[in-house]
Amino acid sequence: MSDTTDGLVLAADGRPLKQSLRRALLRQKIRALMLIAPLLLFVVVTFIVPILSMLFRSVENDIVPVTLPGVVTELAEWDSSTGEPPSEEVFRNLYIDLFKASEAKQHTRLGTRLNYEQTGLSSLFRTTGRSLDDIGEEWQDPLEDIDANFKDGAFWFEMMSGSDGDTFLEQRRDLLAEMIGESMAGDVGFVPSEQVAKMLPWTSRAYADFAIWTAIADNDVVAEEDPWEAVYGALGMDLTSPDTISAIGSYSGPGAEALQAAVANLDHLPQDGFREAFAAENGDWVSPDVWATIKLYSPSVTPGYFLNAIDMELTPDGIEQKPENEQIYTQLFIRTLIMALIITASCIVLGYPVAWLLANLPMRTSSILMILVLLPFWTSLLVRTSAWKVLLQQQGVINEILVWLGFVNDADRLILMNNATGTVIAMTHILLPFMVLPLYSVMKTVPPSYLRAAKSLGATNWTAFWRVYFPQSVPGIGAGSILVFILAIGYYITPEIVGGTSGVFISNRIAYHISSSLNWGLAAALGTILLIVVLGLYWCYDRIVGIDNVKLGG
Amino acid sequence: MKFIKTLSATTMLALVATSGAALADDHMASDMTLVSWGGAYQASQIAAYAEPYTAMNEGVTITWDESSAEAVAKLRAMNEAKNVTWDLVDVVAADALRLCDEGLAMEIDPNEDLAAAPDGTSAEDDFGDLLVSECFIPQIVYSTTVGYRSDMVPAGAAAPTDICALFDTKTYPGMRSLEKRPINNMEWALLCDGVAKEDVYDVLGTPEGQEQALAKLGTIKDSVIWWSAGADTPQLLADGEVFMGSTYNGRLFSAIVEQGQPISMLWDAQVFDLDGWIIPAGLPEDRLARVKDFVKFATDTQRLADQSKYISYGPARASSAPLVGKHASLGIDMAPHMPTDPENSKNTFLYNYEFWADYRDDIDAKFQAWLAQ
Repeated sequence: MSDTTDGLVLAADGRPLKQSLRRALLRQKIRALMLIAPLLLFVVVTFIVPILSMLFRSVENDIVPVTLPGVVTELAEWDSSTGEPPSEEVFRNLYIDLFKASEAKQHTRLGTRLNYEQTGLSSLFRTTGRSLDDIGEEWQDPLEDIDANFKDGAFWFEMMSGSDGDTFLEQRRDLLAEMIGESMAGDVGFVPSEQVAKMLPWTSRAYADFAIWTAIADNDVVAEEDPWEAVYGALGMDLTSPDTISAIGSYSGPGAEALQAAVANLDHLPQDGFREAFAAENGDWVSPDVWATIKLYSPSVTPGYFLNAIDMELTPDGIEQKPENEQIYTQLFIRTLIMALIITASCIVLGYPVAWLLANLPMRTSSILMILVLLPFWTSLLVRTSAWKVLLQQQGVINEILVWLGFVNDADRLILMNNATGTVIAMTHILLPFMVLPLYSVMKTVPPSYLRAAKSLGATNWTAFWRVYFPQSVPGIGAGSILVFILAIGYYITPEIVGGTSGVFISNRIAYHISSSLNWGLAAALGTILLIVVLGLYWCYDRIVGIDNVKLGG
Repeated sequence: MKFIKTLSATTMLALVATSGAALADDHMASDMTLVSWGGAYQASQIAAYAEPYTAMNEGVTITWDESSAEAVAKLRAMNEAKNVTWDLVDVVAADALRLCDEGLAMEIDPNEDLAAAPDGTSAEDDFGDLLVSECFIPQIVYSTTVGYRSDMVPAGAAAPTDICALFDTKTYPGMRSLEKRPINNMEWALLCDGVAKEDVYDVLGTPEGQEQALAKLGTIKDSVIWWSAGADTPQLLADGEVFMGSTYNGRLFSAIVEQGQPISMLWDAQVFDLDGWIIPAGLPEDRLARVKDFVKFATDTQRLADQSKYISYGPARASSAPLVGKHASLGIDMAPHMPTDPENSKNTFLYNYEFWADYRDDIDAKFQAWLAQ
């Protein structure tokens, strides 16, 4: 026993031994963590983060509520089952939101997003975006005729300015920043007036948006710029409200005269509202279907992509199956799984004897054989697939030989590619090394004496193989199968080249949506489902075969 | 201390040196990354635009990236990562439209950013209708058309002259190769199912019209190999795998004229499409200045006409057409090989950008479901 104080064992430096040990262990742990830190960081950055972002993207739908905030709020009260387009209030919000979105070039993005759900919305948003100025000018022109002051940017600035509208300005700034996804911080050089904001609510919103955009995005001085056409349109909206008209009657601040002149000449302004103005631009704006789609996709999280990925769709009446002539993904998922299984099975059938030979032939022969297995493995994937194309096509090497030998009639040559057969043949060849190598390394560890012992005890060749050798090689089959199956399920280049239409996989559609249709949400949903299916199969495999029973080597 | 002084002095010196260099260059960057399609097309751009430009501007280096096929997706990814490394991207007009919609491409002012024609016609008038998007700077007109094996025309049958030969497997037996997407195929199917040319898009906009087009394609579904790369059809024709197939006219030109394959062109109902540049949105000022300088040069009348010396695509400017000359190495007259040649363009379509921007997702879903049946 060394020194003890109060029953504690002390280390050489006088600290309690427990504490000292813990410190040493902690230091060790940190050192170990430091050693794996680069790998950990790498895995997190290149693997975990992308997968999480994919999961997120498959349900994310921010673009609708962020681009049309006013519309989304107002639309909550609209009932799509009435068969009527929404109220004038919604269209006024649409005008204000869309004008600002088109200045920021966000309206076409929204159109593209909504076009995934309803055909025609892409051009509806694009063409309407071009004519928003014209709609505003219907109010701008008569207003400027009533009072020439309305032409003057400085006049507007004076009228809208005050000292107490900071909160209001910040609200509008936040909405804009959310829409473009960038900070709009900076000095606007404009403070709205609380009084005017109460009197002219629409105009103040439009003018605040204009001021923020002019100052921050365009780097111009607000007072020197003519306001957007939307500001005139918004003033038109305000001038239809009795409250505003009576407030203007008793208003005496800057611009009072011009506003009162406008009130006196209301009959010079367009009598129709914004609903009519939008309907005149494009009749689709008063179609209840269009609004039903916008309403369905107005929450910032949507199950829409996932439903699409399993051939369902969101409709105002609930979730429904898509029409038969648009169903594709379930079929592709099933096909992908079945074909991956066939490819795995053919890899086992072809790879097992090769691996057995490799493991049992004398060193010299087996290393030559090994090179033959590895050589294609080192060749580019594209080269191998293209080579298969040359072999398999109807005027290709295989068919030519068969015709020449007289096995096949010249008129009906075998169709070996541009279908599922082509995909299975080419992919089995490409993935074969992934089966042979684990099998080989497991078979290497099976002592040949076991087989001899079985035979000397009277087993036939078959019994000796089946009862003694095969069970010991099962972990190799397990490892090879998992490798081949999981690689096969995600392949897309080979099916694209030799698969035609009946031999393509779900990954081909994912690639299409990533690179061609740009529907990344749907691609993410498809990818997530594929990931879940693979994890599910892995779990089944673990339950049935047991994952401990998998070996990649001795 | 001394070390730090030296260090800061060198830094200052370096700063002065770089700003001096920038000043000397009129605030233009000296590197540019251009994105194109690779192959013969990119080679024609290098010969017609890039080499003369670098010869005129000493010290400018141009890097080429062959990513145009994935340009839209890559540009979107770069934009999300806030690190756009490309300066000028060659895309087809439909992609330019989408990039413009997504706010990924910069809007241009044709009259300010592009050179006027030698006779003073403004760029806007010279390019005319081909300026299909605010962001798009057209270079060439190409077409998707059909080629057939002239030696495989059945005895007793006349060589095909009509697009509907695609659907006539009785007179012209054998496989066909068509692109694995609805665009062009749906139009041809309707055209050959008795729909008048001017009504094609009205009909195709209805579910019944889409069914009709798929039903017509269904009559040859068993004899079609669906391609996804432009090089497939020329290869399939050369191997005798198919009797006829659609592809870009420049691919057929090189198979016929440069490789001497027994293939003939069927210009009937060729679909015109455009290819051109877009400038990515949000480039820093010095790079933007360099790119604008290059674009103004590379899309002037002479440069566009020069490109047609190397490849059989029609220049997008009206004023370039009379300057189209002979092939740079073969010495043959290029005009008769242009899709825009009057003899070839008796019956044509212009790719309907607005229509396909709207209907692409919808019809593609139906087309893919139909293919998978």
